[in-house]
Amino acid sequence: MSSVRVDPEQWRSAVQRLADGSLGLVALWGEPGGVHMATWDRQAGISVLALGCPAGAFPSVGGHVPAAIRLERTICDLYGLTPYGAKDRRPWLDQGRWTHRHPLGPKKPPESPPYRFLDAEGEGLHCVAVGPVHAGIIEPGHFRFTAAGETVVRLEERLGYVHRGLESRMAGAAIDDAARLAGRASGDSTVAYAIAFARALETALDVEAPPRAQWLRALMAELERLANHIGDIGAVCNDAAFGLMHAHCGALREQVLRVSNLAFGHRLMMDCAVPGGVGADLSDAGAEAIGALVQVVRARFPLLVDLYDDTASLQDRTVGAGAVPGELAIQFGAGGFVGRACGRAFDARKALPYHPYDALEFEAPTRDEGDVNARVWVRIEEVRQSLSLIGQILERVPTGTARIPLPPGEGEGLALVEGFRGDVFAWVSASGGAVRRAHLRDPSWFQWPLLEAAIEGNIVADFPLCNKSFNCSYAGVDQ
Amino acid sequence: MSMPRLFAEALLEAPLTEAPPAPDELAMLGADFRAAARKRLGRSLSIRQVDAGSCNACELEIHALSNGYYDLERFGLRFVASPRHADVLLVTGPVTLNMREALERTFAATPAPKWVVAAGACAIDGGLFAGGYACANGVDSALPVDLRIPGCPPSPTALLRGLLALLNS
Repeated sequence: MSSVRVDPEQWRSAVQRLADGSLGLVALWGEPGGVHMATWDRQAGISVLALGCPAGAFPSVGGHVPAAIRLERTICDLYGLTPYGAKDRRPWLDQGRWTHRHPLGPKKPPESPPYRFLDAEGEGLHCVAVGPVHAGIIEPGHFRFTAAGETVVRLEERLGYVHRGLESRMAGAAIDDAARLAGRASGDSTVAYAIAFARALETALDVEAPPRAQWLRALMAELERLANHIGDIGAVCNDAAFGLMHAHCGALREQVLRVSNLAFGHRLMMDCAVPGGVGADLSDAGAEAIGALVQVVRARFPLLVDLYDDTASLQDRTVGAGAVPGELAIQFGAGGFVGRACGRAFDARKALPYHPYDALEFEAPTRDEGDVNARVWVRIEEVRQSLSLIGQILERVPTGTARIPLPPGEGEGLALVEGFRGDVFAWVSASGGAVRRAHLRDPSWFQWPLLEAAIEGNIVADFPLCNKSFNCSYAGVDQ
Repeated sequence: MSMPRLFAEALLEAPLTEAPPAPDELAMLGADFRAAARKRLGRSLSIRQVDAGSCNACELEIHALSNGYYDLERFGLRFVASPRHADVLLVTGPVTLNMREALERTFAATPAPKWVVAAGACAIDGGLFAGGYACANGVDSALPVDLRIPGCPPSPTALLRGLLALLNS
């Protein structure tokens, strides 16, 4: 499939439909001299609009659709294209430290004017500035809290510290190199990114991965979801000072990683899903080990769920903390457990079913409360779903080849893949065995802004707990 | 009531913790270095982890060092919240230009004697992200590096082997 070229009027009309909620924003990204926007609706699926910007400007999306504001600031930082009608003109990723401004567009010498945080005024308010280097083993980012006593009045995030220039690395890269880069957009979702990239590229080249490969990719994706959910459920409890849960979840997560390593040759299954199929086929011994793992987790996990549910002092911290209003999740199009914990029932495996999920039985559980507890519970339910999915896949995975060579050719393709954190979007334009351009959109783009809303009215000391319950990716957004 | 059951199991069953791997002989830490470290720090090291542009895979494996299987703290190695309490900076990522100053300031805030460990392919030489408009070429380009632990990401065992070499086992 290819993008639809539009004029500014058609672009504006799409923005209008995004603003009134009849379309959903999937992604918004730049290229030299133009911008692309991917939108979603239930009937038509995903469409990509492309608007040329000969004068270096485009009608702002963020002026009408808040979810687009940071995406637009990024386009301006990287490509030098200006959104006209935008309210927030501050840079997002660019901190004046790169070798150039607009490194992927008309390059200019770097500038670093002071960054102006949003105002918060009132008697007795004080500011707490945290990061980029945090106290724990966590990615870097800056958080600016304004607090009245202990209560947070406003949180503003400033990210960009781990911007590595992924998009510029992918432009022109050989397909294998680009796939390796895609797998390192956000390491915890390496499988989801690898699958999204591979599927987008395969669409671009008008080829399909063999059935066995598609099933094995889903197996990897569910193992990744299992490892992350189990690890994070423990980590959320740890941030509420309940180390027992963390210790048990950590041990269970380690078992998932060891079995993944045994089955696919890498603990996080990095570079295991590749364009054309999968890197390493699953052996009988690997399948057996995964089957045994499912039994272990099935036996062990319910105990830990009881432990979570029965510990009143823990519930006291998680119930009601960091609540996100459901309408914000809809407005921002927040995916993953963040959206599903406040009633936005979007799961790419259901909304845009891709093989083999169209042939598998599972549910996408939701809750309505939107608090830390709801996010934990959605993840608990998803662990159960993943265990069932893994069982079904092991039973039904077809035999045959697991990788095919890619044909030459050119074209554009996109894919939306449900990672543990939410929907990962990939768009690839390929030609002559190389990637011309690629864009990868992390689910966190539409979740980070909600964290700012979730923490409002909570105490500063609950921020680590709320933040961990979101577990947004810094690397995935900064890239 | 699963808490009593979990405690009972913990008392009755064998621990998950595994025998330590051999220290990394290739870490090339000189005899002088070992003697100095032993004299100043005994058998305990406090580690401050700094992500200088990692994709977060390295962080996942560093976290895993604290699970029951590896139990990092039994070796006298522990993660601390502030560089002011640290003997070792464990740095991941290619050193993005946006993180470079923060990394340098973290190093400056760490009291001497101190050591820098570059963990992972990106930290060693920038890996897939070396150079370009947004990255330096690994931790070397910002700080003096004492120990390199390869891997993408390094497994917890590889990390442990490297860190044990620092402890002069």
